[in-house]
Amino acid sequence: MQYSEKVMDHFSNPRNVGKIEDADAVGEVGNSKCGDIMKIYLKIDGEKITDVKFNTFGCGAAVATSSMATELIKGKTLDEVLKLTNKAVIEALDGLPPAKIHCSVLAEEAVKAAIADYYKKNNIPLSDELTGCKGCCGACGQKEN
Amino acid sequence: MIVYADNAATTAVSKKSMEAMLPYFDKYYGNPSSVHQIGREAAKTLIEARKFIAQTLGADEKEIYFTSGGTEADNWAITFAANMGAKKGKKHLITTKIEHHAVLYMFEKLEKEGFEVTYLDVYKDGIVKIEDVLNAIREDTAFVSVMYANNEIGTIQPIAEIGKLCREKGVLFHTDAVQAVGHLPINVKDENIDMLSLSAHKFHGPKGVGALYCRKGIKLESFLLGGGQEMGKRASTENVAGIVGMAAALNQSAAEMTENEKKVKAMRDRLIEELTKVPHSILNGHRIKRLPGNVNFCFEGIEGESMLLLLDMKGICASSGSACTSGSLDPSHVLLALGLPHATAHGSLRLTLSEYNSENEIDYIIEELPKIIQRLREMSPVWESIIKEEE
Repeated sequence: MQYSEKVMDHFSNPRNVGKIEDADAVGEVGNSKCGDIMKIYLKIDGEKITDVKFNTFGCGAAVATSSMATELIKGKTLDEVLKLTNKAVIEALDGLPPAKIHCSVLAEEAVKAAIADYYKKNNIPLSDELTGCKGCCGACGQKEN
Repeated sequence: MIVYADNAATTAVSKKSMEAMLPYFDKYYGNPSSVHQIGREAAKTLIEARKFIAQTLGADEKEIYFTSGGTEADNWAITFAANMGAKKGKKHLITTKIEHHAVLYMFEKLEKEGFEVTYLDVYKDGIVKIEDVLNAIREDTAFVSVMYANNEIGTIQPIAEIGKLCREKGVLFHTDAVQAVGHLPINVKDENIDMLSLSAHKFHGPKGVGALYCRKGIKLESFLLGGGQEMGKRASTENVAGIVGMAAALNQSAAEMTENEKKVKAMRDRLIEELTKVPHSILNGHRIKRLPGNVNFCFEGIEGESMLLLLDMKGICASSGSACTSGSLDPSHVLLALGLPHATAHGSLRLTLSEYNSENEIDYIIEELPKIIQRLREMSPVWESIIKEEE
């Protein structure tokens, strides 16, 4: 299996690793059974993501997609971030091996889970993008719905 | 610094093996089936190689069939033994939960074809219990297949005891000895082994060549049809150079076995001792009853592939479970059979040593690996919850 140089760069020098103790929102997705867990911490000022950190348990691609996703959303507005897709993460990483596509899905879901957490905390109704894991990566055996 | 610690995946070809092979590419390149002198030279060499390999295993030369490797030998033995059983109305088979996929997938295929398979437990230590074999054997048991030593966790099975039991019960016994041959003393007669698979590249021979031992008196069926090679049982022009290389490698491994075992075991034990000191590390497989070069740990809170990539950046070549498992998302079936939870099984690391490794290299691994584990744990939400639970 061959990772792109970008993937290896983001794996070996992950951006935004860590935690935000006073985070405005936290999103955690995945399960240890399928081997990947991502946790994303957000600092949100009004509509804008001012800081983001992540913690990931997983393979090289899981770390790289987490790192890239945090880069893609830093400084963006929530509306912009809601449009983030796993495809954008894959493209930004110059591709992923087929067996690792689910990691990019997980990264997208982790970001959305964090925003959903923010909306819930602030009593904002969830939009369609935020109704949770669609199970489309199939990594944990959950059926697509 | 490059440290090759993946000798269960494959080994470097030894100088002696390589030198033995070379003339068979351009000087004695003949087809052993040919009548002329160039062919006869190759045929003569095959006889010698077969004799030597037989002697090393305590077998007769007529009991050795050359194959393309361990997988073919396993597939052949199991296909044949199942067919033979079915002809007698025996459609129950016994194996273990930790076999290599070359064996395991054969049994899964046979299950689909109507055979019933008992998969023996290996418990926490990764070793089959002889009483379980006894209890599993039935009137309609066609054969038993238990690997000699496991490729992932290195555990050595009680083969002589199982062989004795199967012989008493009149049940055919096959063992996949791919990881054991060249590393452990094996005698097929003393251990009552009916069929045994081996592969050259696991003991410093070339890839693409192996052998199946099948005891005299068992009417082995042909596996490949065509020419009359391998006593008419396996058509295809012999891989003469490969077979010569295999015999030379086995010759050397057998001659140096005691010395190598001592050296490799000392490195293994030091590595195990040091890695046991890493918090939340688990040694997989029995502490003593394991291959001289096998070290297999789970480090809680981290994932295996990340560990391998970081080790590789430091020049350390290792693996996480069987190399054949790497394309799948599931953790190794062997680690799950030991009763490890999925999350822990994902964090496995296999370091397999040979006599080509040095104590300096072990020092280097001991220095680098804990740093890598620490680095991955620092960014792991699983580790975070493990620590929280402790507090």
